[in-house]
Amino acid sequence: MTAPLVVFFVLAALAILGALSLIWQKHPIHSALSLIVVMVALAGLYLLMGAEFVAAVQIIVYSGAIMVLFVLVIMLLNAGIEEHTSISKLAGVPGLLLVIALAGFIAATIARSSETVQAAMQTGAISSTKGISNMVFRDFVYPFELTSFLILVAIMGALVLAQREKS
Amino acid sequence: MNSAIPSLADFYRVLPELIWCASGVFAMLLQPFVRSRSFFTGLAFLGALAGTGASFVAFRNPGLGFFGLVQSDAFSFFFHLLVGTVSVLVILAAGPYLDRERLPAAEFYALLLFATAGMGVLASAQELLTSFIGLEMSSISSYILAGYRRDSLKSSESAMKYFLLGSFATAFFLYGIALVYGSTGTTMLDKMGNADPASTLLKLGLAMILIGLGFKVAAAPFQIWTPDVYEGAPTPVTALFSAGPKAATFALLLRIFATVPAATHFWFWALWVLAVLTMFAGNLGALVQTNIKRLLAYSSIAHAGYILVAFAAVTAMAQGEGGSANAAPAYAAVLFYLLSYALVKLGAFTIVSQLGGTGEKNLSLDDYAGLSQRQPVVAAMLSIYLLSLLGLPVTAGFFGKFYIFKAAVNSNLIWLAVLMAINSVIGAYYYLRVIVVMYMREPSAEAAVAAPVSFPLPVNVVLAITAIGTILFGVLPNPVINFILQPTLFGR
Repeated sequence: MTAPLVVFFVLAALAILGALSLIWQKHPIHSALSLIVVMVALAGLYLLMGAEFVAAVQIIVYSGAIMVLFVLVIMLLNAGIEEHTSISKLAGVPGLLLVIALAGFIAATIARSSETVQAAMQTGAISSTKGISNMVFRDFVYPFELTSFLILVAIMGALVLAQREKS
Repeated sequence: MNSAIPSLADFYRVLPELIWCASGVFAMLLQPFVRSRSFFTGLAFLGALAGTGASFVAFRNPGLGFFGLVQSDAFSFFFHLLVGTVSVLVILAAGPYLDRERLPAAEFYALLLFATAGMGVLASAQELLTSFIGLEMSSISSYILAGYRRDSLKSSESAMKYFLLGSFATAFFLYGIALVYGSTGTTMLDKMGNADPASTLLKLGLAMILIGLGFKVAAAPFQIWTPDVYEGAPTPVTALFSAGPKAATFALLLRIFATVPAATHFWFWALWVLAVLTMFAGNLGALVQTNIKRLLAYSSIAHAGYILVAFAAVTAMAQGEGGSANAAPAYAAVLFYLLSYALVKLGAFTIVSQLGGTGEKNLSLDDYAGLSQRQPVVAAMLSIYLLSLLGLPVTAGFFGKFYIFKAAVNSNLIWLAVLMAINSVIGAYYYLRVIVVMYMREPSAEAAVAAPVSFPLPVNVVLAITAIGTILFGVLPNPVINFILQPTLFGR
């Protein structure tokens, strides 16, 4: 086993454990903290693939800015420990079975295939800031600009659904 | 290497989306300064109409735009006209509704216009990430619009359910894109043309994409959300859901099928099962409904099933020599069906919206008893729509069903055609039941003395356009069919 492979498995295991902990934690703050583990582990995986810029952005934006927002919202809502009704507990059983079935199916399918992953050839080719700028501001400028409308819609949604009734 | 700057023609190719987005932003900016609801109705109406008109400009500039991300062709032209018209009609129907329910207008129309732009992006996207942004623009606006009546618990429930399940489906779609990219090394649909259809990763990715889009068009077993969301959302929004996003999502699915040969391989049985499940889930569910909005919601599931029959026919036809070019009749069947269906659902939901009364109280089937005596014209209109949903001759619904049926029979899908016929018969029961209630049952004592519900001019315009369209395409389907049967439908 080569060193990068060992690092990969450690980071992947960390990401999966963090994600499981995110779901299983009862308190929202603990879930949010578990999410940081996932984000940092993912950033490590990006580094491993030679995408330094994406890794840095992942840390700054997700582990930094987004997490602060999460924690702030949890604080504002004063969210306590989540509650379970008997039905939601019951729904967990078939849910867990389905998750295992789906994950097993995907894993088995990928494990059985022996083809080359075409995208893997391109790793590292567009990892520099210049390469990424060319991608974002030229090749993909249309969806990039559309994203700003998407964010506008989300902001408006928050306003529409949360604003105080005018009386 | 491409030139570094998009050309002017690129902007012409996306002019409808630009105009829809710009009018949405304009409505947002004016919101603090103008109080009148009718001002925003007029503004949104003009914006939506101008955007729809701009699809002619896009059509005059055919070809790939923005470095191959969007395609302007007859296919995208058809769907831009369709979703644009849907948007214009929904705006007309929503004006009186917002007045009646005392809801803020500017945000409503801005969201509606952004959603329309998202659907336009879906219709012309030639690349999966672009289509993802389009899908999300239309979906997120839809979630918010579903919960627009904030004082109503049902509306909030509708938005919450739609949001949670919709985000889940989006995750599937995105995971599918990742797998497809992993397998082919590109997200451009036309570059996937020479991908090996037997690739396991590609198959898995396409399956995920099918699940994600299957949710958005309410195909069984991903349809559970539909009745609750349709029931709780404000009725003009329900009209939009059943006509607009559904057509745009089917458009994306059609383009994937037509451009990526790997998508039509292996998918025959998956689509066969999906179509049968969806038809039965919709029709059997509709049998026991007493709420008219839920009934129409189940009916829209059933109609998604009929459309999926045509998709199964596409996969069957594309197996032979010449690939997906053989499937032109099945593509045309889907396009015509979506057109006829959108007109009818818009008309029906507009009537439901108007008859619902303040707070949408009168939605039960009993409220429609004796409607023919109180409001004969409205009852007759609703009957036209229901008969078109049923697929009776002289309505557009007849030719819609007929072309799908023909496509299924021509590709030797006899069993699927038989199951579709059985489902149409089941459907006849609940559509005719509404008509029987309207014409043969005596109204309740208080309904009999209540004043007839007034129908303002914009609503009448919507009803007139949809009813005339339904009859017109039911008598003269050929101009539309000839347009969508052209060999260069997908820009090649």
